[in-house]
Amino acid sequence: MADKDGKQAAITAEIAAREAAIIARILAGERELFHELIRPYERGLYLAAFSVVQHEADAEDIAQDAVIKAYKGLKNFRGEARFSTWLMAITLNEARSRWRKTNGEQLDFLSDGDDSGGDYTPSVLADWRYIPSEELERKELRQALQQAIAKLSPEYREVLILRDVRGMSIAETAEATGVNEGLVKVRLFRARITMQKMLAPQLGPRQRGFMGWLTRKAGGR
Amino acid sequence: MTLNCKHVWAQISSYIDGSVTPEMKQDIERHLAHCRYCSAVLDSTRNILVLVGDDRTFELPVGYSKRLHDRLQASMDSADSTS
Repeated sequence: MADKDGKQAAITAEIAAREAAIIARILAGERELFHELIRPYERGLYLAAFSVVQHEADAEDIAQDAVIKAYKGLKNFRGEARFSTWLMAITLNEARSRWRKTNGEQLDFLSDGDDSGGDYTPSVLADWRYIPSEELERKELRQALQQAIAKLSPEYREVLILRDVRGMSIAETAEATGVNEGLVKVRLFRARITMQKMLAPQLGPRQRGFMGWLTRKAGGR
Repeated sequence: MTLNCKHVWAQISSYIDGSVTPEMKQDIERHLAHCRYCSAVLDSTRNILVLVGDDRTFELPVGYSKRLHDRLQASMDSADSTS
């Protein structure tokens, strides 16, 4: 584990050094390099925006606004966080602001407003039949996962997308979302348990009918 | 320490992240060895997270990348022409 963490830290440091060099060149006038700088993160920016607003066209618009804002503010990037985390934080801020405008609600993304309620216990099963990733070729399975994520509240969706879809660390997730690591862990726990609770009964072994239903729906393949 | 099922559920997310203490890890694994229900909870949670994390689960809109870079370029060009 320590070895794995060490390797990961070395890779992270190498990426940060490479990006710092590119950023210096962009600021010195080679502005076209900004396209290459953001390319590895495009997918993540869209998913992060979508995790908040749950609307394709808005998420795309937010990602575009965020990269333009990042380009214009690049001279303010100090290199204390990773570039990708900084970019993600800009995107999430844009997305949250758009979400508030649309929903007219004052959801406070930065504090935990759900201390009291919520039943965060999993769905208890006697066993689990492993679902291989190849099954994602079926649209119905993808939809089941997407619908479950859509049912999470936005602040839980954010951390699930950053951590479990984008593979960001707890520390990076905390930095990008602007909350402390403890709260990230709480939200992640709740998001994961809620996902299990919604999906396990639907996908699990006692409901082989679901997979059978998928098979029938796909024309008996 | 002997853990009951609720203790294990409360630690599942941290266990998946590998962030529990070595003692807690050992206690959880001792529990999992004889509790098929908690094993199924752990397996199902892990499996669902693998599926959620797969690139196939969320597809980007067609043409997303091109539109992103086009708009960025347009913004760069307009900043140049006004500076």
